[in-house]
Amino acid sequence: MRLLRIVPDDTKFDFIRFRRISFPISALLSIVALVAFFTLGLNFGIDFKGGTLLEVRYANNTLNIGDVRSRLEALDLGEVQIQEIGGEGEVLIRVAQQPGGEQAQQAVVGKVRAALGEGVEYRRVEVVGPRVSQELLSYGIVGLMMAVLCILVYLWFRFEWQFALGASIANFHDIVLTIGFMAIFQIDFDLTSVAALLTILGYSLNDTIVIYDRIREMLRRYKKMPTDELLNASINSTLSRSVITHVTVTLALLALVLFGGRAIHSFSVTMMFGVVLVGTYTSIFIASPLLIYLGVSTRTLAEKPESKGPNAKAERLAP
Amino acid sequence: MLYFSKWKAFAILAVSAIICLMAVPSLLSPTAYESLPGFLQRKIVLGLDLQGGSYIVLQVDAESVRKVRLEHLRDDARRVLRDAKIGYTGLAIQGDAVQVRIRDGQDADAALTQLRALAQPLGGPMSTSGQLDTDVSRDGNVIALTPTSAGIQSRTIQAVAQSIEIIRKRIDQLGTTEPSIQRQGADRIQVQVPGLQDPSRLKALLGQTAQLTFRLVDTTMSPQQALQGRAPAGTEILYSQDNPPVPYLIEQRILVAGEDLTDAQPSFDPNTREPVVTFRFNTNGARRFAEATQANVGRPFAIILDNQVISAPVIREPILGGSGQISGNFTVQQANDLAILLRAGALPVPLQVVEERTVGPGLGADSIRAGLIASIVGAALVALFMIATYGLFGVIANIAVAINVGMIFGVLAMLGATLTLPGIAGVVLTVGIAVDSNVLIYERIREEARAGRSAISAIDAGFSRALATILDSNITTFIAAAVLFYVGSGPVRGFAITFGIGIITTVFTAFTLTRLMVALWVRWRRPQRVPI
Repeated sequence: MRLLRIVPDDTKFDFIRFRRISFPISALLSIVALVAFFTLGLNFGIDFKGGTLLEVRYANNTLNIGDVRSRLEALDLGEVQIQEIGGEGEVLIRVAQQPGGEQAQQAVVGKVRAALGEGVEYRRVEVVGPRVSQELLSYGIVGLMMAVLCILVYLWFRFEWQFALGASIANFHDIVLTIGFMAIFQIDFDLTSVAALLTILGYSLNDTIVIYDRIREMLRRYKKMPTDELLNASINSTLSRSVITHVTVTLALLALVLFGGRAIHSFSVTMMFGVVLVGTYTSIFIASPLLIYLGVSTRTLAEKPESKGPNAKAERLAP
Repeated sequence: MLYFSKWKAFAILAVSAIICLMAVPSLLSPTAYESLPGFLQRKIVLGLDLQGGSYIVLQVDAESVRKVRLEHLRDDARRVLRDAKIGYTGLAIQGDAVQVRIRDGQDADAALTQLRALAQPLGGPMSTSGQLDTDVSRDGNVIALTPTSAGIQSRTIQAVAQSIEIIRKRIDQLGTTEPSIQRQGADRIQVQVPGLQDPSRLKALLGQTAQLTFRLVDTTMSPQQALQGRAPAGTEILYSQDNPPVPYLIEQRILVAGEDLTDAQPSFDPNTREPVVTFRFNTNGARRFAEATQANVGRPFAIILDNQVISAPVIREPILGGSGQISGNFTVQQANDLAILLRAGALPVPLQVVEERTVGPGLGADSIRAGLIASIVGAALVALFMIATYGLFGVIANIAVAINVGMIFGVLAMLGATLTLPGIAGVVLTVGIAVDSNVLIYERIREEARAGRSAISAIDAGFSRALATILDSNITTFIAAAVLFYVGSGPVRGFAITFGIGIITTVFTAFTLTRLMVALWVRWRRPQRVPI
């Protein structure tokens, strides 16, 4: 059987020279993302904004969306979003946070239930009060920052500072672009989005580290190779792995996007963008070329004793 | 790298098999599960988003705690001053304190000493901190009793503990399976009740303080007069549950309270066939109720629940038996719920619902189906791709990933962890990332072979070099998962759990199973050429 080979052996792409194109592109995209974030803003879900969300279903084509709208508008609850979803008589109702503290939020569900009457299946009801939404938001932000910090410290410990800095710049770039994407397409930003961002972070780093690991190995082995040549060789020799892994992750995510259900749809779409589009691109075109500017060379490692970490051990074990 | 001693190979297989088998009890029917020995009764709990149910977070409001504390202080101060026969005026709650003016300046010192005794040391009478729960200060003839913030805090913690007990009693009466009631932070209670059709009933049961009191109705003036003018001292206006509400003029003095009930049951009035709640007092309550009814025949008394008048019957004859019934135009369900509330007892303070998430059973079933389809499709696509790319080694990778997924569920079951829809997404993602470890190994083997090594030496070097990378890259991803677990809640935490476990099992299978399978193959075929 002939095996599928996506990337031919011994590619010699000059990724490092490509930085003269990829860096300006990334800078431009980051600016677009930041502009989108500050002008359009994120579409905060009730987790962070507070309020009420109801998912209801009308059986057997009894849904009359105009009727639902007029009944709910008569309640005078401020901003109410009504959205038909699926196609089986399902409606998503979002009611903005009510003035008057926790109890006022609780009253909304009762009012909506009374207004919609009998014959409605309540598939999902979520009420988040002002206090909890504030906390969830600050937890989310603290979580993201903590993750970046922990990973930075770990990288610093395992590699040299140049690698840690390069990885975190790349990381930051990933998060900015993903948040920009969410702002442009107004994807619901809720707790699962924070989970998506953190996973994107993990994945992108995973990728970056595989290449960095190789760079470090080559730095130890080829002490006389010029840095740009060495970086190119490292990226090229891991290219096949980068591509194959991204195909498998894309296939897994594709299944989630297509069949995973609405509850995790925004999560899957965000991951698809972050992991598949941004993550790979960043590790190859941003994180690795950055090392040139951060002054990585064979001398960086020469100062440190060679027997460090499992890599050195692996070297010893190999015949 | 490719040599495994017999016992080592056996240990790897045994550990993998045992962990996978831990997932089996979760697949059994409930009766088969019950018949397992105790140490095997560990299974994966489906999250509320999959099985349907309600997640409610209640908060003990520090302000309510303060208010209740102030009311108690006021009542205690009144009793203390009365007992000591000290004249006073204007005993009332003013902002954060109870204030009272002592009529005669000469009594002020004595009053201060008496009222100081009301302050309790924090942490019980044996506490050595010297901190008191109340500040008692005197300014001329005015004495102020102010609860300290430390005092309010310790009462809030007590209130949460008491409320959890009472909520548990109330929910147990609903007869649902496996409700979970936990403290969350200092002042919150998290309630999870799976499989409930109508959460509004649950919320009604949780949201009521259920403070029941029996008090006399003041008949010296009509409630309308009291509303217009001034209600007599020691009385207040309370309303009925009717629409429109009817006002009653009620004495503040409590004849008997809900604490003195020993039992409450829903039943029907034999004459009117109306749903009612019958109750029985304990000895103390029965005696006090008997005395009160004896002394007040012909006068109306009110049955009051949470400051609402349920009914106000006239005492026709002394009630000496220590039991009675409450009628108030109840539906059967209302009578039922009131009985539950009375049996479980009153909450020490009102609780506020600050977060509620309910998933109906229909959506839960849909989510399970969606998660299952996505997992199967995702796994199938990845498996096919791996075989297309690596042939036999792809099959080995797929076996390793399948065992990997089995182990994730095994570990979930061992921990008794909750599986949510994002958790299923975590498993699907693990399938994507688990094959990455195989890809890293195989690509490295290919490279080493291209560099001119013999097949066996290339495989050996491929493993030893790739494993270091696998460890490094997975540790960073694991850090992200750990942070997510730490800051996340509910479904997000479910994702972090499966994702985190998935990373660990991935590293484990890469280091052991994949290596073992390849080693066995090498020993069997003695390959001259790397097959990928």
